[in-house]
Amino acid sequence: MDHNAQLYRGLLAIRRFETLLMAQFKTGIFPGTTHTSLGQEANAVGVLTHLAEDDVVVSNHRCHGHFLAYGGNPQALFAELMGKPSGVCGGVGGSQHLHWRNFYSSGVQGGTVAMAAGMALAEKRAGRGAIVIDFMGDGTLGEGIVYECLNMISLWQLPILLVLENNQIAQTTPASLAVAGSIQQRFAAFGIQTVELDSSDVLEILPLAGDLIRQVRSQREPRALIVTTARLGSHSKGDDTRSPRELERLWQARDPLTIQAGRLSEDTRKAVEADVEAAIQGAFAAALAAEGGMR
Amino acid sequence: MSDHVPRTVLDSLNLGLHQAMHDDPDVVLLGEDLLDPYGGAFKVARGLSSAFPKQVLTTPISEAGITGIAGGMALRGLRPVVEIMFGDFTTLIADQVINHLAKFNGMYHGQAQAPVVIRTPMGGRRGYGPTHSQTLEKYFLGVPGLTVLAPFNLLGEDPLGAPGQLLCEAILRGDSPALFVEHKLQYLLKLHATQELAEYSVSVHHMGVQFDRPFYALRLKSAPAAQITLAAYGYMAQLALDALHQLAYEDEIFCELLVPTQLAPFELAPLFEAVARTGRLLTIEEGTFSLGWGAEVLARTAETLGSGLRTAGRLAAREGVIPVAPNLEAESLPGTADIIRRVREMV
Ligand SMILES: Cc1ncc(C[n+]2csc(CCOP(=O)(O)OP(=O)(O)O)c2C)c(N)n1
Ligand SMILES: [Mg+2]
Repeated sequence: MDHNAQLYRGLLAIRRFETLLMAQFKTGIFPGTTHTSLGQEANAVGVLTHLAEDDVVVSNHRCHGHFLAYGGNPQALFAELMGKPSGVCGGVGGSQHLHWRNFYSSGVQGGTVAMAAGMALAEKRAGRGAIVIDFMGDGTLGEGIVYECLNMISLWQLPILLVLENNQIAQTTPASLAVAGSIQQRFAAFGIQTVELDSSDVLEILPLAGDLIRQVRSQREPRALIVTTARLGSHSKGDDTRSPRELERLWQARDPLTIQAGRLSEDTRKAVEADVEAAIQGAFAAALAAEGGMR
Repeated sequence: MSDHVPRTVLDSLNLGLHQAMHDDPDVVLLGEDLLDPYGGAFKVARGLSSAFPKQVLTTPISEAGITGIAGGMALRGLRPVVEIMFGDFTTLIADQVINHLAKFNGMYHGQAQAPVVIRTPMGGRRGYGPTHSQTLEKYFLGVPGLTVLAPFNLLGEDPLGAPGQLLCEAILRGDSPALFVEHKLQYLLKLHATQELAEYSVSVHHMGVQFDRPFYALRLKSAPAAQITLAAYGYMAQLALDALHQLAYEDEIFCELLVPTQLAPFELAPLFEAVARTGRLLTIEEGTFSLGWGAEVLARTAETLGSGLRTAGRLAAREGVIPVAPNLEAESLPGTADIIRRVREMV
């Protein structure tokens, strides 16, 4: 498969996983709630394509895309969301508390930055050359512990790439009501070299993330990547207060799937789509058939 | 390690930290103002940064951050120890302890562990006033996944002394996060050697799986059967022991003192056995009265013994701020005289 098709496959696997999840939520097989990464798939794929075997990934409440791009098994994730013993964490953690290999996510805003910093400190001491990648949202910049940790990440020169997915909204609160001043300067104030990018295009995110990850790996010091992106779905199951017009505009301009699909021949695109459809449907069916869960 | 015999609780804890760092290079101590020659606000860390420079990390004033970072370190295989300068500031780490460290093992379905030991001095009686004198561990009792420990000032069998041994073992062998509650005045207490305790019969119930969290029972050797059971931990256990002694010699009231070193999870079998014999239980703690350690201990004892618990009482701090003025501070915290008065009322 060529490079562009491979990237499209990565994006589409996340997209199909989550659109199927949302469609099936109504049937009552998934307990609780969930946050999808609709519109932000290119961040997960663009950044995590560069991972090395021992690298560590820390994610937040919006973690399915990161988990799948990390190489997590969609069947185990579906099963986790169904609350089944065959799930990633036996159905205990659910949508926002995943741990598999070197992937960890948690649902308390800000605390994951501390987890990630501690892991980076452990990797630095171990000297194995592994790095930590930490995903966070713009709304999380309101938490004090983030700044305690940025300070220590810089003081101790921890090998970590902080990826701030700036979708300019937190649940229903636009960044204009929550974030003062400059985000970039917040990182810069602690002496963390930071790059900004406004894009939903995986081909733009990929090389930039690659550069930063190489720098973290070789210099053994932190970097931050601020990606201005768009949340195309609701915050969780169906709580979007943005207008249909606004959403329509975002879908037109900022859908990473549309952008990447445009680079493929129709045959290639269809082949990838058929392949992903079979994989995700198969994962869903197998998770559903496994014992446990809501019915 | 050294053949230095610890004399005080402070000595013993310091030796315990030295031993743990010596035995395992993955033990890393984080906290504020730790470096020599200062060695931490209460000197528990003295000497460590010189002996193990790679294992001591002095930090900014960021209690939540360093506790969360310690959690991440532990998830990746290290054995971090966090010093919180004053126990009052454990409020700042509550989210990290309750929603992060204590959750990891359960929420990741047993696939991750976070053995972080958080050490901190609680307690008053030094005139430090309302925000530097409190006893706040009750807010951390009953947090699933969190162990709460408090040492007792015995020398014990181990060359580290009992407090240092408990700390060292918790650091090296614990498999869950632990809050290790010290006390500012307990630091200065002498470790009771066996010969000094010759008057007492001391029985030790060994609790715990990965490491021993002794549950002590003390009574005067030649005394008749105890009429009342006292339960206390940490520094208050020493005050209770003083009260027990005076009550025997001045009032001919005979008590048995039960001292757990593991406060949470609550494992109270030795206490139930003792109260089954005396029918009376007084709990003694330095935290405020409502919803404290004693409330839970009494509830569990009543549930277990039913009418076997005839008389119950709790002694705790007055519910208000802890004043600086020595006379006012003394009135606000339970002391030996208060214990004696309560026991006289109950027997
Ligand atoms: C400490 C804390 N406060 C509130 C919440 C509830 N909550 C979950 S996600 C979220 C919004 C987060 O916004 P942002 O960081 O921008 O991430 P996004 O959802 O946009 O990906 C909120 C308020 C939480 N999980 N943790
Ligand atoms: Mg956001």
